[in-house]
Amino acid sequence: MSKYLLKRLLLTIPTLFGAALLVFLLLRAFPGDVCAIRLAGTGMYVDEEQIEICREDLGLNKSLPVQFWDFVSGYATWDLGTSMWTGKPVAEEIGLRFQLSLQVAIMATLVASVIAIPLGIIAAVKQDTWMDYLVRTFSIAGTAMPAFWLGILIILGLLIYSQKWFGVPWMPPIEYRAPWEDLGHNLSQLIWPAVATGYRYSAVVVRMTRSALLEVLREDYVRTARAKGMMESAVINRHALKNALLPVVTIIALEFAFLMGGLVVTEQVFNLNGLGKLFVDSVLQHDYTLTQQLVMLVVLIFVLTNLVVDLFYAWLDPRIRYS
Amino acid sequence: MSTPQLAVDPTELQDAPRAPWLVRMSTLARRQPLGTAGLLVVVGMVLAAVFAPWLTPYHPTENSFEHMLVAPGADFWLGTDQFGRDILTRILYGARTALFVGFICAIVGAFAGLVLGVGSAYFGGKVDLLFQRVMDVFMAFPLIIMALAIVATLGTGTDKVIIAITIPFIPQCARVVRSSALSLREIPYVDAARACGFSHLRIIMRHMIPNVMAPFLIMITTFVGQAILLEASLSYLGLGVQEPTAAWGLMLQGGAEEYAESAPWVPIFPGIAITLAVFGFNLFGDALRDVLDPKLRNR
Repeated sequence: MSKYLLKRLLLTIPTLFGAALLVFLLLRAFPGDVCAIRLAGTGMYVDEEQIEICREDLGLNKSLPVQFWDFVSGYATWDLGTSMWTGKPVAEEIGLRFQLSLQVAIMATLVASVIAIPLGIIAAVKQDTWMDYLVRTFSIAGTAMPAFWLGILIILGLLIYSQKWFGVPWMPPIEYRAPWEDLGHNLSQLIWPAVATGYRYSAVVVRMTRSALLEVLREDYVRTARAKGMMESAVINRHALKNALLPVVTIIALEFAFLMGGLVVTEQVFNLNGLGKLFVDSVLQHDYTLTQQLVMLVVLIFVLTNLVVDLFYAWLDPRIRYS
Repeated sequence: MSTPQLAVDPTELQDAPRAPWLVRMSTLARRQPLGTAGLLVVVGMVLAAVFAPWLTPYHPTENSFEHMLVAPGADFWLGTDQFGRDILTRILYGARTALFVGFICAIVGAFAGLVLGVGSAYFGGKVDLLFQRVMDVFMAFPLIIMALAIVATLGTGTDKVIIAITIPFIPQCARVVRSSALSLREIPYVDAARACGFSHLRIIMRHMIPNVMAPFLIMITTFVGQAILLEASLSYLGLGVQEPTAAWGLMLQGGAEEYAESAPWVPIFPGIAITLAVFGFNLFGDALRDVLDPKLRNR
């Protein structure tokens, strides 16, 4: 197992290196010059000299390999550069907001799993009945509905119903407080974005649960279990579910990484000061150094999640370790 | 001894007239009710986009300050926004933007992916290995993150959004196409074609590509839905299509939250349009998958 672990860990290095190279090239290969967009993007007249100064600051005048070396070697010394907009170190900007986004992501995962797994089971067990169609429609709608629109609808609903029931319109609090400081405040702020992102997430999980369970239900050992007169509920709980949940766990883990992408839009709707909002702001303000590091952070989360899933699989199934 | 009787006389089979198209359509509709519903939505959307100028008397981008935030009624069926523009009109014209962006991104991205994927599988060896590693890197980026990174260097606008959405599609399609092309490579007719001395290009174009059409078509349909959703998200963030062009995501951005309480029709209807459109493409894509790829049925 430790050999496998080492092998998988080593394999992440080329992926991360490649991702760094890709981000680096994406931000430079396109004709748009960051400095030109940043300074002259609004259509105002800008001194060529100022653009030159900006390029100098960013090191864009150096040759590409030197620039890339500067970017990558920064990781060794934990130097992520400074934000072009606020002038603060990027690591500090990210650190401030990481907790909030992580909490929303975890809550959305919980929301999604709680909704999705039972629905997926129902759809598979009652395949091709109206219940199945209902669940499938619910799940396809989930992938179709933009998370930000669901967010707007939630805000709208909260405003209208709080007005109707309590006489005063209520909005989730804007300011973030850690759950251990003020749990009520914390939850009343973050449960709504968790639901808005969790719905799409659950849609994906429902589909996976349904198809995995359907596949397992056709296996011989399920037929045997039924043939020996076992109760249907026991067949499903004891024999089918255990085997079907593995791909479901995988998809939950993989989608967790994609949540970071979903959060980008949802945080904007709920005006949360998290990583997603930081990301959008950095793109809007052409804060190039910050964008670069945030993209790398998302990639890192993605690669690490993949690693954990793979290790989990290898731990469960020895065949993977030895192949 | 009597001659064995066939259940159906073969001559009769040949002469049997083909069922009229209406009957065939209704059979298909019964077998794929959700897919047919999806197709209807897609067709409706295309019609709305094409005939937008004839369907509405209003102009999509002209402001009209005497009609600001009018509630839905006889004159303005879905109400007006904060600039006095008719929301139904902007939704109809927005279908043009959505379909334009959706189809261009899907088709260009999928075609580029098709060529790369089939090429990689066909040449195999080192080319394929290198290609796979590059794809791994691309797949480590969530769609919207890569699109945003591209917008960061390119700036905003419809054309740039199209580039930003197309690029992440390419590796996605390439990966799917590659895996189905890999199995094709081992089938004798490809060997036979090689033995005949056909050029690589001819073998790829005539013998491999036609056989990966099923996953390719499924990819295109899903891409259109994804592209519409992605364009709406980017426009909502202010990083996509810019005012005054009518685009659904943009309609939700322009103060939709501020007017949520006083004029809920501003944020509600464009969102329904996005959801319905993507819903239609997804349903249609699912049905297409069932029909074209029986192996994946019930997944």
